Amino acid sequence: MASVSIPTERPGGLLRRPSATTGVWSWITTVDHKKIGILYGVTAFFFFIVGGTEALLIRLQLAQPDQAILNPSVFNEIFTMHGITMVFFVVMPLSAAFFNYLLPLMIGARDVAFPRLNAFSYWAFLFAGIFIYSSWFLGGAPNGGWFGYAPNSVVDPTRGMTFYAIGLLIAGIASTVSAVNLAVTIINMRAPGMTLFRMPVFVWMGLVVQLLLAFSLPIITIGLVELLFDRLFGTHFFDPAAGGDPVLWQHLFWLFGHPEVYVLILPAFGIISEILPVFARKPLFGYQFVVFSGIAIGFIGFGVWAHHMFAVGLGPVANTAFAVATMIIAIPTGVKIFNWLGTLWNGDIRFTTAMLFAIGVISMFVIGGLSGVMHAVVPSDYQQTDTYFIVAHFHYVLFGGAILGLFGGMYYWWPKVFGRFLNERWGKVQFWVTLIGFNLAFGPMHILGLQGMPRRIQSYPESLGLTFWNLVSTIGAFTIAVGTLIFLVIAISSFRKPKQMVADPWDARTLEWLTTSPPPVHNFDDIPVVHSLDELWHRKYAETGGGRVVPVPAGGSGDDAHGEDHGDGHAIHLPSPSYFPPLAALGLPVLGYGLIFGLPFVVAGLLIMLVGLYGWVLEPSAE
Amino acid sequence: MRRRTILVLGLVALAAVAGACAPNATQSALEPKGPYAQKGFDLFVPVFWVATAIFFIVEGVLLFFIIRYRHRKARATMPPQVHGNTKLEIGWTILPTLILAGVAVPTVATIWDLAAEPQGEVLQVTVLAHQWWWEFDYPDQGIITANELHIPTGQPVYLTMCAVGLGYEQQIAPSTCQDQPAAVGDSVIHSFWVPELAGTQDVIPSRTTYLTIQADEPGTYEGQCKEFCGLSHAYMKFKVVAHDPAGFDGWIAEQQAPAAPSPPGDPEAGAGVFLGTCTGCHAIAGLEDPNGNPLIANGGPDLTHFASRDCFAGCMLATTDENLRRWLENPPAVKAGSWMPDYGLSDQELDQLVAFLNALE
Repeated sequence: MASVSIPTERPGGLLRRPSATTGVWSWITTVDHKKIGILYGVTAFFFFIVGGTEALLIRLQLAQPDQAILNPSVFNEIFTMHGITMVFFVVMPLSAAFFNYLLPLMIGARDVAFPRLNAFSYWAFLFAGIFIYSSWFLGGAPNGGWFGYAPNSVVDPTRGMTFYAIGLLIAGIASTVSAVNLAVTIINMRAPGMTLFRMPVFVWMGLVVQLLLAFSLPIITIGLVELLFDRLFGTHFFDPAAGGDPVLWQHLFWLFGHPEVYVLILPAFGIISEILPVFARKPLFGYQFVVFSGIAIGFIGFGVWAHHMFAVGLGPVANTAFAVATMIIAIPTGVKIFNWLGTLWNGDIRFTTAMLFAIGVISMFVIGGLSGVMHAVVPSDYQQTDTYFIVAHFHYVLFGGAILGLFGGMYYWWPKVFGRFLNERWGKVQFWVTLIGFNLAFGPMHILGLQGMPRRIQSYPESLGLTFWNLVSTIGAFTIAVGTLIFLVIAISSFRKPKQMVADPWDARTLEWLTTSPPPVHNFDDIPVVHSLDELWHRKYAETGGGRVVPVPAGGSGDDAHGEDHGDGHAIHLPSPSYFPPLAALGLPVLGYGLIFGLPFVVAGLLIMLVGLYGWVLEPSAE
Repeated sequence: MRRRTILVLGLVALAAVAGACAPNATQSALEPKGPYAQKGFDLFVPVFWVATAIFFIVEGVLLFFIIRYRHRKARATMPPQVHGNTKLEIGWTILPTLILAGVAVPTVATIWDLAAEPQGEVLQVTVLAHQWWWEFDYPDQGIITANELHIPTGQPVYLTMCAVGLGYEQQIAPSTCQDQPAAVGDSVIHSFWVPELAGTQDVIPSRTTYLTIQADEPGTYEGQCKEFCGLSHAYMKFKVVAHDPAGFDGWIAEQQAPAAPSPPGDPEAGAGVFLGTCTGCHAIAGLEDPNGNPLIANGGPDLTHFASRDCFAGCMLATTDENLRRWLENPPAVKAGSWMPDYGLSDQELDQLVAFLNALE
């Protein structure tokens, strides 16, 4: 087991390893995947509020025609930061929070494969966020859109897009490291008997997402490095005057950007594939179909990027090819929806808040999926592209799909993580407020786009006749904000009650519910031995002929971890906390500032990183 | 559950109604006014209804299941543990495939149809996208105009499009963008969109792109840059003015004439201000620089028949005295990032310049 380090006392060790288990230092030095998962979650939620505030500012500015609440310069910064924040600092890390916390538990492992790298990923992600946001105070935030199209992103005279390129490079390092770490964890650290096709769908989606990241991030890295070189060192990758090609950026960006879309949505698909069976009290309908369609989406996702570029003028051959590929990717996506419906069929459906969110994902994602197919109809997309119709479409996918799914996941796993329920009654209030606000905010954008409202415009004249639906949309956005505030109150007030949680409050199906809530630092006293898909359920119930179900008497299963005579967790050695992952990660933004502010920062950044990395290598393996 | 579905259905119904009627929208993709917009719309409509049907079926099934199979208090047994049904799952893989194949065939046909260069009697216009205004050159007629594209009805107009920057020296009918590398150096990507007449076409530095538009009826059609292009992206608009063929010929004749001589008084004095201040960027056919050479526009619009245009500054402003004065006083204060600087003109000079421009019929 790679996560269990061997306590060899190394006399030459440079530093003693930190040993705090509570307090601030325990969080800073932690290498425990559960604590790191919580850190990811809290940080991502903080950025959710920041990015949401930016969205509200955009909606305020656009609530009425000809307004000047935000001038064009600030408006461009705000919509750019909203996109960057929500994609890279909310949905990705919130998904990472779930993956970090749950993947090891779901596969019966004690930690991820490389615990210190895991900590490094979190800190690099956090510093990337702080780095990009520091641009507000250091000469202006990125203002060329999250898509950063060259040459606009190159010729812009402010520092914003330099911060964008460096910040996303740092975030990319964090994501790449984490992707490799989690993929290795899933492949190598499954409990005995946990074959690939006994893995929960959420783990499968986790694996697909990590592979998507591992293969798509290098592409955006190339693009960002080229952008940075064009801006800082006078290269001409995207400079048409010197023979560079601005369209090259679009290919690099979307060849990353489209797989990225699935990086954002597949975690939510995984989450609701766990929630639906538990509360329909039936196994997932067609597990293998759902898994294979997830894998298919992952593969085909690399072959559809130019559907973001139908209006570029790539020619009818390219447009035909990418239209057909885009329609093909709709097929496995549709399969998932039908399988979820099949899961509900003939079930015994309990409407917990988590279940409401999961059902909400299905009903809202259908809309985003269908409008997605409409974009594949290229001549139709010639009108829809770069209008609010597109904004409506991807918010139905990324909010109606990803964010609703992630909220559902929070209600579902909160008892496991914190040993307390989120208030179900108020949770349902939040669900309805969020759902109604969401449809008010983004539904009208379909109409606005078709009626001629381009994206990214700071203002529109009254004469275009777009006023009414813009106002409705703004009201919807503020309704979503109310829903989010309700969640915040629910989340904070959940900690006022003492922990009193059983291991398995939902009568669930997967291994994370086998251990206590919250789990001990070593996850499982004994590593479970897995005999089937939905292992936990099969330890509780047996299927007789014809699909009838009978409970297994307590302790009747020979594998019940607590039924065996060893395993109080005292003999388990876990990796010790470490100062060095956050230190090494800290070198990245300092180095980044060096690219903007000059040599002293470069030297400082390199020194911090060197100390971090050498300390990392040389520190003793246990306290 | 029911409430949400009612809400969703209501929104969709509203969307359909508002979309179909669109009473006030003046730049709507839902009201094609020519064959090239119509081709896209003819695909949009059936696909929209297919999507709507699928939407109602899926949401209907979802709603039915969650009502029919909701937990009832009396229930004590677990539902039968059905793990799947391969035949069914293959079925619902194949069915969407067939529907999509049905959508793909006309889609591909229309892609090729729209990409073909129009044949027969075609008006050629070169579109040059500047930050943040549009230049329209008529190579066969020898006309240059800005922000207003005049076309005859019933005839395809084939647009050859380039994005250019400040260093672009105006000439009638540049054949491609590649001819002026220095000019594309500081240009960015724009996108030409006049939804009632055609779909979108990006306009890209160093690439030449093409689009065919056509209007069936005389009228004014609103257009706008769609690709984010910097500070004043929202204010890069234009109008397409369609005339009946006779009216179009008349317009051509007017535009081909050199600028009207400035009447004495304020306009004549304004001409002096213009020659002293504006000719670094702007040109007017019929005026000469101090050396006796014709003016060449360099980055700014040709103003020969400025007063015949309804709007200026990327159609951000209507051509009124008040707007003109405000603009000339300090362009970047009116339009963020405007490359036209504040020249600190006196009140008198401003009056004279406005009078001069108004005389450029």
